[in-house]
Amino acid sequence: MISQVFTVIHPQGFHARPSKSFAEKAHAFPCQVTLYKGDKQANGKSPLGLLTLGISAGDEIRLEVEGEQEAQAFQELGRMLTQIYEE
Amino acid sequence: MSHLLTGVPASPGIAIAKAYRLEMEESIPQREEIEDRAAEMRRLKKAIESAKVDIDRIREQTLERLGPQKAEIFEAHLFLLDDPELTDAALARIDREGVCAEFALYEVAAAIMDALRSMDNEMLRERAADVGDITRRVINKLEGRAHHMFSELNDEVILFAKDLTPSDTAQLNMDYIRGFVTEIGSRTSHSAIMARSLELAAVVGAGSDASQIRTGDTVILDATSGEIIVNPSRSQMEDYSERKRKYEDDVLRMKSYVDRPSVTADEVHVELAGNIGGIEDLEKVLDNGADGIGLFRTEFLYMGRSTFPSEEEQYSVYKHVLEKMNGKRVVIRTLDIGGDKELTYMQLPQEMNPFLGLRAIRLCLDREDLFRTQLRALLRASAHGKLAIMFPMISLLSELREAKRILNEERIRLEQEGVMVASDLEVGMMIETPAAALAADLLAEEVDFFSIGTNDLIQYTMAADRMNESVSYLYQPHHPVILRMVQLVIQAADRHGKWAGMCGEMAGDASAIPLLLGLGLHEFSMSASSVLPARELLSRLSRQEWSRLAAEALNMSSQQEVLDFVNNQLRSEA
Repeated sequence: MISQVFTVIHPQGFHARPSKSFAEKAHAFPCQVTLYKGDKQANGKSPLGLLTLGISAGDEIRLEVEGEQEAQAFQELGRMLTQIYEE
Repeated sequence: MSHLLTGVPASPGIAIAKAYRLEMEESIPQREEIEDRAAEMRRLKKAIESAKVDIDRIREQTLERLGPQKAEIFEAHLFLLDDPELTDAALARIDREGVCAEFALYEVAAAIMDALRSMDNEMLRERAADVGDITRRVINKLEGRAHHMFSELNDEVILFAKDLTPSDTAQLNMDYIRGFVTEIGSRTSHSAIMARSLELAAVVGAGSDASQIRTGDTVILDATSGEIIVNPSRSQMEDYSERKRKYEDDVLRMKSYVDRPSVTADEVHVELAGNIGGIEDLEKVLDNGADGIGLFRTEFLYMGRSTFPSEEEQYSVYKHVLEKMNGKRVVIRTLDIGGDKELTYMQLPQEMNPFLGLRAIRLCLDREDLFRTQLRALLRASAHGKLAIMFPMISLLSELREAKRILNEERIRLEQEGVMVASDLEVGMMIETPAAALAADLLAEEVDFFSIGTNDLIQYTMAADRMNESVSYLYQPHHPVILRMVQLVIQAADRHGKWAGMCGEMAGDASAIPLLLGLGLHEFSMSASSVLPARELLSRLSRQEWSRLAAEALNMSSQQEVLDFVNNQLRSEA
């Protein structure tokens, strides 16, 4: 299992499009992907789950990956959390 | 009898037509036990697949009509139908409880929609509409009901609905639909955003009173103000027909200025730039054909959060803006905080006179760590476009020198680290204090540009707090005293071969632009929506003529005299 906290920088937070891109990317990996914000958690492969976390700019989000290909998943998904998405 | 309703103007335009009411079929699925759970799960999967075929068709139509960005909404819908939190959860519910597919899906979707609606972010709340849209479509499939189409229309109408789903909006029959009104919804809903791309008049959130409007009622929809007049009088009809014609002419005329250069009648080129407060303002600046960004207020990066933004975060934001502007100049102002603008996570002493206190560059020079972080982010971003760094609230030459010294130190440090910094990076300052305006000739030697911040310059020149209503009469942008300040600054810049701009409210004001042009201002930075009207105005003005007129205005005795003079002149030219 790998786990680390990231700070989301997109000024609009993690809305529909970033959630979709993130979940799509997460889907490509066989491992489990979970995001935590405070005491809430969501399946990283579900855009809806990500949306219901209500991630806004400056939020600290813990990314946890577990299973096959977790190292690669961690690297790519971690980067996505700290990117600015095209509107 | 005519009556009036109001709502939120979501997409500008004026329409006059008969109302057409779109009735929503909103049956709530009931809990029904089923025998064959596996068969029920197959039934749901089949309905979802069939809904996907529909949505994919809408996606293709939208791609054709509105382009890839809007079509993405439906890509997202397709993706939502695969979402484990929705589909898998509904399937699991059938499997576990033996309930019918309609009920299982409805229950799961309702819980997700509730969670989304409880968010404190409007954008996220609006996503509940997406979930509702796809869920309704699948339930309609399950119940064998057709999703609404607009095929029966054969005359111009204004559509009335409780709400419009994204897929409804994408399928609006533009041959006949002249506008729409919804009872709920906000400016950020997909239907509002799509209406703006379709250039369709739209008012949202008109409230339940709008449900009284029936198919066949005559309606005037003024989506510039948000007003809806039902069964208007004859004189109202005539009045609005005229307004509609004028509005449409204006829109067409303004549009023709998007790709034109900002040039006066006597062929003098100036720069018309946009002001932004964040990434979300970029699109408007680009859509309105601005020549660049004349003021990027970086405060937003620091506000509404609990810690200072890191160098890396800031770098990403600045780089993004520079890349989006694609080689056009972007003036980024360093942090202007302190005084009345507070950060919750930064302890600043209470001040008696915040506007005269530790703010902007004064604060940054006091808290060098903050300043250095921002400067490093800016320097690194400079490699990705045409960046100009601007220091706010400089009063003294020594403050400018100190700010530049720190900037230079960070630049050398970065270069030693092997980081690319643009060689053509411009460094300038705002002119907001009378001290800076009067010393502009001295300051000009050490900057690449000036940008006049009129709100503060007026406040400090008149010694009138702009938050205090009892002295608001002193806020006089057109007063000859302010014009003289502006002239000093422009002349100083000219003598040293530097450029002078303005990024306050005044720069976009139609009655100030002719004077500023006449005084020789090079760059005007304003809110994006003012750019096209300013460009149109400019094309009718002669700089030579206005430099003579501005010289006259400088010797007048009051703002009123100047305003009357300018307006008379503009009227006689028209």
